[in-house]
Amino acid sequence: MSSGNGNYRVLGTRPRRHDGAEKVTGSAIYGNDVQLPGVLTGFVLRSPHPHARIKSIDTSEAEATEGVFAVISGKDFPEVEDKVADLGEGSVNLSYLSGNVMAKDKVLYKGHAVAAVAAVNIHIAEEAASKIHIDYEVLPSVTWVLDAMAEDAPLLHENLCTDHMGEKDEKPSNTAVHMHFEKGNIEEGFAAADVIVEREFKTATVHQGYIEPHVSVADWTTSGRLKIWTATQGAFTARQQTAEILQIPISDVVVTPCEIGGGFGGKIAVYVEPVTALLSKKSGRPVKISMTRAGVFEGTGPTPASFMRVKIGATSDGKLVAGEAWLAYDAGAYPGGMIGPGCMCVFSCYDIEHAVVDGYDVCLNKPHTQAYRAPGATQVAFACEQVLDEIAEQLEICKLEIRQLNAAKEGMRRVDGPVYPRIGLVECLDAVAQSDHWNSPLEGENRGRGIAAGFWFGCGLKSSVSASVNHDGTINLTEGSPDIGGTRTSIAMQLAEVLGIDTFDVVPQVADTDSVGYTDVTGGSRVTFATGLAAYEAGLDLQQQMVGRAAGLWECSADEISVVEGEFKGPDKSASFKDLAQELFKDGEPLVARASVAPDCATNGFAVHIADVEVDPETGKVTILRYTAIQDAGKAIHPSYVEGQMQGGAVQGIGWALNEEYFFNDNDTMDNASFLDYRMPTILDVPMIDTIIVEAANPEHPYGVRGVGEPPIVPPPAAIANAISEATSTRFFELPMSPPKVWKGLSETS
Amino acid sequence: MPTVFIPAQLKSLTGGVSQVEMEADNVRQVIEQLDQQFPGIRDRLCDGDDLARTLQVAVDSSMGSRGLRTQVGDAREVHFLPVIGGGS
Repeated sequence: MSSGNGNYRVLGTRPRRHDGAEKVTGSAIYGNDVQLPGVLTGFVLRSPHPHARIKSIDTSEAEATEGVFAVISGKDFPEVEDKVADLGEGSVNLSYLSGNVMAKDKVLYKGHAVAAVAAVNIHIAEEAASKIHIDYEVLPSVTWVLDAMAEDAPLLHENLCTDHMGEKDEKPSNTAVHMHFEKGNIEEGFAAADVIVEREFKTATVHQGYIEPHVSVADWTTSGRLKIWTATQGAFTARQQTAEILQIPISDVVVTPCEIGGGFGGKIAVYVEPVTALLSKKSGRPVKISMTRAGVFEGTGPTPASFMRVKIGATSDGKLVAGEAWLAYDAGAYPGGMIGPGCMCVFSCYDIEHAVVDGYDVCLNKPHTQAYRAPGATQVAFACEQVLDEIAEQLEICKLEIRQLNAAKEGMRRVDGPVYPRIGLVECLDAVAQSDHWNSPLEGENRGRGIAAGFWFGCGLKSSVSASVNHDGTINLTEGSPDIGGTRTSIAMQLAEVLGIDTFDVVPQVADTDSVGYTDVTGGSRVTFATGLAAYEAGLDLQQQMVGRAAGLWECSADEISVVEGEFKGPDKSASFKDLAQELFKDGEPLVARASVAPDCATNGFAVHIADVEVDPETGKVTILRYTAIQDAGKAIHPSYVEGQMQGGAVQGIGWALNEEYFFNDNDTMDNASFLDYRMPTILDVPMIDTIIVEAANPEHPYGVRGVGEPPIVPPPAAIANAISEATSTRFFELPMSPPKVWKGLSETS
Repeated sequence: MPTVFIPAQLKSLTGGVSQVEMEADNVRQVIEQLDQQFPGIRDRLCDGDDLARTLQVAVDSSMGSRGLRTQVGDAREVHFLPVIGGGS
């Protein structure tokens, strides 16, 4: 496929977003705005214990409460076989998924759903839930990954045995999966090293922190169709999961993806959709559940906490020759965490000839972890990039130069095997070298500058669009990708570019699952790349149809008509797209195009961040003074949206670096399940995030697009840790680097 | 002719062999040939008649979801990798 960064009419411009006015004026329809006649309010009762056997559930008193229409618990859900379902991006064991939606025999974390009530209002629903009597046998629990791996750890799943790529241990364990990757000869690599640095790292459980809690409205109609309105990153995967959990045909379910107030990977798995569905079926009325913030923290999937040991060797001139990583990520209550990409990303930015990586996916008594922007990559970057900095310090090499010397480039083989195609890390590092930030001195006490690089794969998966041409030559574009970051417009721009029309001649809409072809999740940094590719293909289809039809109209052969910058040119006539579309509408069938794509490729995104910090030695508070995010976008279709992703990812990474964590008390329950106590960055905590977009075209896309949503969350904790080290001469190996930890670390050093 | 890279965890089945060159049109044929050479390897890579759901195939630098139907005829390299979840 050809690629390039040529001169474009539409791409690279910054039109206002199609949905902008609705969103800033509050008229956009989010899940909680959906109101159906007779709708009931649902409430989910959650376990107070991190680990307990459910001996009995008595719902009779709740059911007898006036105003209550339905009460359900695990026994109301069908048994789901132990089968793995493909969700497009990733897969899920349906038995685990069903058990996570509603506990059956055991609760595995505090916040695990155990029952639900539908009533005329939330107050009655909550009151009725308080009358549900559950007899628990409380079991020992574990919430730290290394403790959960211990021989004597309490077991969450009695039949879970460690899987070593298809071979299972005989003895049950909390360690679900062991992965192992090798490249070269590790002993030979370390033998050739002049400097070796080995460190251990810990990271905390953090949540995606989307502002909009999960919400679902379900109406199980008398005709047997289940209609769901929800906040989801993937309407089709929500439909599939719900149908599989309820054991009904997929075609009986229609999911309408409402506007979404953030997802970042946390709104791919279903939680309340099947619950509202069953409550609706049982009550005969539509049912809505809006999660509380505590419900979101305690009942949905954060990103894994981790323990990591990373060892890197280099020759005296700074060439990295050996890397070894031992990674244990918590998966939460059920197997299937983020250890795979963690293993694959730990050394992905650097050309290291000899490497070994071992990774462990470990169950423990916390909510089942889910994706969070480049899942698994931020943790390992925190480790690898700090070890690399220490090597540079020992060898007295510039920290940018050691990265340039070892940077991954086209043709490099990763530790997991594949060889990179054209990538843009070198260009990102060159942009650092040329940036105002890197070339500006940082002066003052307790101040330091750090840099770090990060990688995320980016994926293709499946996308569908249809484009219908109107009388006036404008187009209605129907797509299946929920719009989280401005993708309606970035997709419409690609169609407009093909056809030589303006962005606002294309009106995009995100459709329900009955109204557009299958489309995978808005995740994996894939939508502008893959759904944009579908729009491009649909545009080519329209052009081809119009050339054929114009030949009839102009009484010439189709071969005599060319399309140049959107203009149709025949032997003696020519017309713009809009003029020709108007003519053709009078002359036959409507012009409609559709395209479905499934590009089998990674888009390979790299980012490098520069952070300047000041550390208050009296309090341990770290202030970000200046921050620059540099990233290869391949081609920035709408630069403002690319910058927005870079800034948003950086800010989330800053929160992960400095403050965010689940605090578990001695009872293994979360102590800070609210935004008052779970400390996310506010506007007062971060400076303007400067951005530099690099464009190294992706050869797998006609416009060179790469995914941009995920790489920017990878470098921040590492860049900030490196900056703190420079500011204080103290290294921090544990996230978050919150004031108490930094103060303690500095106190111990002094 | 693609080179099939044996996952490090399966090298115990191949006697330490880490790469195999073979003529094959798709991943199904790759696995069949691997299993003939190294009995038992199919069971480690497949669930029933499908590629294991925890795995994906990388052909050269492409990573896709077509499982055993993935075409490899013109490929230089074939790798078996864990599936990846993402969250933009």
